[in-house]
This record gives sequence, C-alpha cells and structure tokens, in this order.
Amino acid sequence: MAWFKKDKDITSKRVNVPEGLWVKCNSCKEIIYRQEVDKNLKICPKCNYHFRISANERITLLADEGSFVEIGIDLASVDPLNFKDQKLYKDRLKDAREKSNTNEAATAGPALINGHPAILVVLDFSFMGGSMGSVVGEKFIMAAEKATKEKLPLISIASSGGARMQEGIISLMQMAKTSAAISRFKKTKMPYISVLCDPTFGGVSASFAMLGDMIIAEPKSLIGFAGPRVIEQTIKQQLPDGFQTAEFLLQHGMIDMIVNRKELKQTIANLISLTAGNK
Amino acid sequence: MHYYLDFEKPVAELENKIEELRRLADGKDMNITTEIKKLENKARDLRADIFSKITPWQKTQIARHPERPYTLDYIELMTKDFVELHGDRKFSDDPAIVAGFANFQGIPVAIIGHQKGRGTKERIERNFGQPHPEGYRKALRVMKLAEKFGKPIITLIDTPGAYPGIEAEERGQSEAIASNLMEMFQLRTPIIAVIIGEGGSGGALALAVGDKVMMFEHSVYSVISPEGCAAILWKKNNSQVGKGEYEKAAEALKMTSADLLNLGIIDEIIPEPLGGAHRSKEETAEALEAVLLRSIDELREKSFDELLEERYNKFRIIGKLEEVEQQP
Ligand SMILES: [Zn+2]
Repeated sequence: MAWFKKDKDITSKRVNVPEGLWVKCNSCKEIIYRQEVDKNLKICPKCNYHFRISANERITLLADEGSFVEIGIDLASVDPLNFKDQKLYKDRLKDAREKSNTNEAATAGPALINGHPAILVVLDFSFMGGSMGSVVGEKFIMAAEKATKEKLPLISIASSGGARMQEGIISLMQMAKTSAAISRFKKTKMPYISVLCDPTFGGVSASFAMLGDMIIAEPKSLIGFAGPRVIEQTIKQQLPDGFQTAEFLLQHGMIDMIVNRKELKQTIANLISLTAGNK
Repeated sequence: MHYYLDFEKPVAELENKIEELRRLADGKDMNITTEIKKLENKARDLRADIFSKITPWQKTQIARHPERPYTLDYIELMTKDFVELHGDRKFSDDPAIVAGFANFQGIPVAIIGHQKGRGTKERIERNFGQPHPEGYRKALRVMKLAEKFGKPIITLIDTPGAYPGIEAEERGQSEAIASNLMEMFQLRTPIIAVIIGEGGSGGALALAVGDKVMMFEHSVYSVISPEGCAAILWKKNNSQVGKGEYEKAAEALKMTSADLLNLGIIDEIIPEPLGGAHRSKEETAEALEAVLLRSIDELREKSFDELLEERYNKFRIIGKLEEVEQQP
C-alpha cells in the first residue's frame, strides 16, 4: 500500500494563512477588529473578557525578558491505550502539534517575575483543550518538585477542559499525582499561587488548580467542576446568569481575587514579596 | 426473583424454570429432583460461558447492578459495633457518603464509602451515590480522626461520580475533591482503597488515594463513564449515541479490573462469585475480608515515613510518555 502514502512533509507543509481580521468575543459575542484585541493584551475592549492566550504569550506576559528556561521540553505524549474513537489519539496529537504553537498542553520552568525567582507551569488551551494527560502531569510534578527542592514560589496558570480522556484512567491518576506534588511543596512554606483562566474545569480544577494558597482568576473566566451542559442535562433546568464565572466563584468564597491581565504580573510579584522569604 | 441483566436472559429463563419445578416438586418427586439437578448444572455452565466472554460495557452493567452489595452491606457483613459519624461541620451531612469507625476482626478501623441506596426512595435520599462537597469534607474529617487515633482507613468506592449540580458548584466541588487528594498523601496511617462497584472519575478518586488500591473483579474505574465518553467522542453531527457507542467507549477506555491491573494502576483483583458479587454477598464479603486483613498486617509493618514515601511514589510513577529531542 506504499502508493497510498503521500509525502506528509510536502502535503502538510504549513503556509502562513493570514488570520481573520475579525474575532468574536466568547463573552459578549461582539465581533471585534482583531488588531484592537491584540493591542489590548487580548482583552475584549467591549466587555473585558480575557481571550485565551498561548503558553508562550503567557510566559512573555509574566516572566522577565529572557529569564524563562523551559524544563521537560523533550517530554512527548504516547498513546498508552491505543485509543481510537472516530479518530486515532495519535492523529489527534499530531494535529495538535501542527495546529497549536506548542508541543504539549503544559510548559514549565523557572523564571523571574519582576526579579523574584519562581517556578512557572502554564497550560495552553489550544493543545487539545489544555487537557491533562501523562505529559502535563509529569511536567507539573517536575516543576513542583523543583520548587520544593529549591524552595521557590510555585505559580500555575490553568486553562483546561479537564482530564485527557484518550489516556483513560492514566489521565485520572494525574489528578492524584499533581495533588501529591502540592502536598509536598506546601511543607516548604513557600507560596503556591494558582491562576485560573478561561476555562478551568474537571480534572484540572479538581486537582492542582484549586489547591493554591492564593487563587487568582482572570475576569469572566468560566471555572467549575462539571461543565455547564452536563449540569443542565442532569438537573433539567436552565443555569442562572453568570453561573461558574470568576465573579461567581469570588462571590462564593472559592477564589481570592479577580485580576486584570494587565495587572497580573505585578499582583503575583506583590504576593511573592509579601509571602515568600523569612523577613 | 433476581434482577437479570440483558445478556443474562438465557440463564434467567433456565433459572425461572428451575424455581417453577421446585415449587411443583415440593422435594418429594425423585424424577423432578433429578431433573432440577440437571437443569442447575446446565444453568451454571451457561452462566460460566456467558461470563467468560462479557464485554467491558456488560461489566459496567454488573458494576451498577441494583442488587450489588454496597458499602453498608460490607460494613454489616465484615464488622462489628459500627458507629456512623455524620456531617462535615461546615455545611451539612451528605448521605451519599457513609463514614465511621468499626471493629474489623478485632482491629478498630475507620470505614468510609459511597452509598447508593436501595429502592427508589433511598436512592433519591442518597442521590444515587453522587456526593456533594460536604460528603468529601465529611470523609476527610473522619480520615483525619483516624490518623489522630492511629487507626487504619478502609475506603469503599462506588459512585457514578461527584454530583454535577448548581449547589455542588457553589459550595466548591472541585476544591473538596482536590483537598482530599492532597490531604490523603499526608495522612500518617495506612489507607486501603477498594473499588467495589463503580469508580466514577474524580468523585471516586477523592476516596481512592491508598497505599493499596484494589478492585473487585466486576467493578469498573474510569476517567469518564462510557455514556459520557461516547457523547463527546462518538457523536456525529446530529446522530444520537446509543448502546453500540457505549460498547465502543467502554472498550476504548480500558476500565475493567483486568485492564487496570495490566496498566499498573491497581495492586490486586478481588474475585467475585460466578455471576457477580450480588449472587452471594457473604462469599464476596469473605473474599474482601481476607484481602483487607492481609493488607492491614502488611502496612502496619511500615513506619509512617515509609508509608508516605511509598504512597507518593506509587502515584508519582503513573504516566506513559517518551522523550523526543526537540529541534531548537
Ligand atoms: Zn466581549
């Protein structure tokens, strides 16, 4: 069947497709000129919704220039269950690597935040919905263990639909694994700051994301355990306005604060200087 | 009358016939008695044959069987002097989780488990074994008591999942589950977790961080239910998913006890009587009792530091990945 195999390198070579000039806001549904959003740190100028950004953009936003050093860069997902739905997991991974700007849903490593050394873990929703499988779990625990060993603050930025179904029970176990990492890190008495971005659900929210000593959310982010559609189908009634938004979580005492992206770096730096160290 | 699953129908017919013959014979007619013996052997062979080739989706049905023994059945069959403790001291008491202390073979232990409830009324009261945050917080409270009093913890897992509802979200379902996961890694007492029926995702895992994790033969343990998985991954445009897709999803998820042993997620499979745990609750409880006793003995030999180190590493190593050199 060799004749059937096309040369993938040639046929799938990525051309630089000009991105659409307009973009629709997830929150207010307005159609906005993309440049206007990009100039504004990808914040909707109409309603203040914070668009999802890539791990690289996030690191640029938070880390002092040139200070971030990625760890676990070589870790790649395999297909432990030979999972096949309407598509092979292997193919989904390949697509995700091609379509997103990253090779996995998590990027981790040490960085300086306004001069404060810390360890960063950033999820990227564009890679399979930021879902947590073996690699995300491993990168998280590597980061947390490094922070524990070097007694440095730990910062995680979540944006994820939850566990990566295609890794089955192994993805579920990453919840335990990442929580185990935090249970050890907490003994360092260094701060663990968890930032919740749109969206943070399921296996990620029910593990490391909700375990922050201090929890920050970006405005209007959707955050919860079960997805809104699952809840609607279960209780057979409409969900109240604003349900599972960052504002809803703040009101219910589940997070410490909502912080605009423009002030996020300064807020994290402040929290580190107020809580880390023995002065 | 037993409750029969779809794929047990051939055996159901035979067994109903046996019952009928028994009523007729009244123990006197020797011909009928021989006939009954013959039919009983046939039924056993037929059942063994059916059960030798059940699919993961069929196993899911057995794990959810309405007559399957629940946490309170095991407590009654295996322990003495059970004292149930109620409430999370923060909001309320969640009947979907049962927690307390009991005397297990002369050893005082904490027992915590999901409870599904039998019959419509109790099922609704116990929310079909789907806990709210207060259930997980009660569980953690009792686990911390066990640590304080130096008693081993036995958890029995049997839930479709943590409840997806408005109040559950308002009261922090995610936080409650996450806190249990984190805290269980620091509890200085042995923890033995047993999946007795349905191990439904995070809502199951929140009680299943153990030094030993075991599954009953026909229990299932998965990141998502076959129905939930099929609805997401097998849905095409407007087509409805059904039994065919559930079969595929259950197969793909690798959620049976044999799969999990194979993947190195669990330590041991506890065998069930032919046809499933509900066919003989006593026999099933005895099998569990033996495994628990052996595990408690083994774990009590270890220092708490050893225990925590091993518990950490047990979960630390779970994951399959490869190292691929990245082009700069
Ligand atoms: Zn907007």
